[in-house]
Amino acid sequence: MSKVFGSGNTACAMAVKDADVDFVAAYPITPQTAVAEKIAAYIAQGIMDANYLPVESEHSAASAIAAASAVGARVFTATASQGLLYMHEILHYAAGGRLPLVMANVNRAVNMPWCLYADHQDAVSQRDTGWIQLFAASNQEIYDSILLAFKVAEEVQIPVMINYDGFLVSHSMMPFETLDENKIKEYLPPYDPSWRLHPQWGGTFGNVTFSEQYVPYRESLTRDVKRAGELIIRCAREFEELTGRWHGGYFDVYRPEDASFFLLSMGSMGKEMELAVDLLRQEGIPAAGLRLRVFCPFPKEELSALLPTGTNLLVFDRNLVYGSAAGVLLQESRAALYDRRDEIRIAGISVGLGGEDLPASLLADKAREMIQEVKK
Amino acid sequence: MKIKDLSTLEYITPGTGACAGCPSTIGLRIIGKALGENAIGFLTPSCAVASMGLTPQTCYTFPALNICFASAGASAGGAAMALDALYRKGKLQGEKPVVFNWVGDGGTYDIGFQGLSGSAERNDDYIHFCYNNEAYSNTGNQRSGATPQFALTTTSPTGKEIGQKNMPLLMLEHRPPYVATASLAYPMDLYRKVEKAKNITGFRYIEIHMPCCTSWRFPAADTIKMSKLAVRTGAWLLWEGEYGKLTLNGVTASLAEGRRKPAPLENYLKPQGRFSTMFKSPDKDKHLAFIEYNIHRELEFMAGRAKLLK
Ligand SMILES: Cc1ncc(C[n+]2csc(CCOP(=O)(O)OP(=O)(O)O)c2C)c(N)n1
Ligand SMILES: [Mg+2]
Repeated sequence: MSKVFGSGNTACAMAVKDADVDFVAAYPITPQTAVAEKIAAYIAQGIMDANYLPVESEHSAASAIAAASAVGARVFTATASQGLLYMHEILHYAAGGRLPLVMANVNRAVNMPWCLYADHQDAVSQRDTGWIQLFAASNQEIYDSILLAFKVAEEVQIPVMINYDGFLVSHSMMPFETLDENKIKEYLPPYDPSWRLHPQWGGTFGNVTFSEQYVPYRESLTRDVKRAGELIIRCAREFEELTGRWHGGYFDVYRPEDASFFLLSMGSMGKEMELAVDLLRQEGIPAAGLRLRVFCPFPKEELSALLPTGTNLLVFDRNLVYGSAAGVLLQESRAALYDRRDEIRIAGISVGLGGEDLPASLLADKAREMIQEVKK
Repeated sequence: MKIKDLSTLEYITPGTGACAGCPSTIGLRIIGKALGENAIGFLTPSCAVASMGLTPQTCYTFPALNICFASAGASAGGAAMALDALYRKGKLQGEKPVVFNWVGDGGTYDIGFQGLSGSAERNDDYIHFCYNNEAYSNTGNQRSGATPQFALTTTSPTGKEIGQKNMPLLMLEHRPPYVATASLAYPMDLYRKVEKAKNITGFRYIEIHMPCCTSWRFPAADTIKMSKLAVRTGAWLLWEGEYGKLTLNGVTASLAEGRRKPAPLENYLKPQGRFSTMFKSPDKDKHLAFIEYNIHRELEFMAGRAKLLK
């Protein structure tokens, strides 16, 4: 174990280096670029034993790692914003093909107009691709989540995306700890695929189907995405036993004691929210923070379990569902809590779009506004 | 070597969903005999995928993965490079399989062009086969960048206004280790080229001309006859090239050197229903002369290109 003082992108690249990855394909885009560069450098320096394909686009990056995964390699790519949108076709393909890809997405606003800063529109637009999506809020959490992602992806054979906010996290220097090789081996055994596109295995994959075949594929994918939620928690617990590091389960919960206002958000905003909770608590408002770490599969039951009868959920989305007042988290939360609509009041807003600064004071102001709304 | 001496290995089992007279299946049989059993293939959406059988059935005996339409360059390149890593790291033992693409003109000339160009420039290690039937046949005969001028397709309903691009030459100009064109009418030339490509490392591109009786509208029994006429008229050129150096082959070389006269163009075009509008047009003779002029021009251009590097 060594202590590093580095950026979120460094934490990401170092985890990939340490995870015995065989193949990486990546294409640069702000604010992800340093990940693509650092991994290329590690391989060139001989401190990472993998092959690197410097592709000409993100569609190709995703196509390359999907095929590389099919021949049995442990694979990785990283992207952001337009790059993620450009991969969309292959995201569906990889999840349907049950290929355990791991990708980092450095959350950034989407064109047009151009905007380089933190925003979750890129990731939430991929909600229905069948990928597991995690959101990390610190460099340590990025490092640890990448290792967890490979473990989860390979066990359920579903691709995993680790999200972290552009600049706010990707470019912030923070201390973090890596993990020794022997501990990583214990946590993340070598990838042993159940099939390979290879003459030793044979077979043709992805042939045409009618609904009789298509439906069972889809049913097994949705069942296993759901199952992956429990697996994520189990793997996080295992990691905690091994390292003592714990970032939360489905949620990183802050000051839930006697709370009646739960402030739900994702990414770096969820960390800032802790300060907002402190501000509100100082005023005697019983607030708590819920930082969602597992966006897909959305933890419906677990959210409900956190909210006692008579409490209120205040949702902060860093994305927009166009034509509606707020974003995807609000929709998901309302759906999750529909059966308890008489017990729990919900309000939501979209904030922080395009990297809009979100100091705790502003988040607290927004919370107070929503508290007025739910009290009506 | 004679055709009857070729391996008995078959890449396709009987009972495929392909049309009678399908050139893609003929081509796959020949390349399979050259590539052998230690190979894996990628297929993009096309007739070759639509006709392979419904899950869980397949007519292909080689390990195959169906990929997305624009993915050929990156997927084959990524798989080949990942295999290198797996063998180097001892995660796989034995001989690395040959990686190949079996992709139509749509997946090569059009939607897959960027990915292939990037891949050729990077010198990724696989063989890209373009089976060029000069249209999107699978979706019911729409125009592609390989559709010749005046040909009717459902998206060029009055005849295509412009000719095809010279895709194999574009690939050669990436300076990869090997680029070749081939024809089903000259199977041993195709076989030789695949054998040669198989023993080269890096990006290799082989484009096979594939007269498609369904899209072009000629009798199913005439696939090979049309293939031969395409070469003899000069409408399809046979050549190969290494690192940008180009050599004309066989009939094409004879045509270029004037040792042989081109077969009459009408023999090739008239039986194809896709040129019926052109043949009925009052400008028929003008159009035919223009096609002939372009064939001659292309042949002269390629002969000149062949002289550039010794
Ligand atoms: C991204 C995308 N766009 C369109 C299609 C629909 N499509 C399937 S096959 C095909 C044409 C294939 O043409 P070609 O590559 O020439 O192969 P052929 O059908 O002629 O064998 C098209 C347009 C698709 N599968 N994917
Ligand atoms: Mg075609």
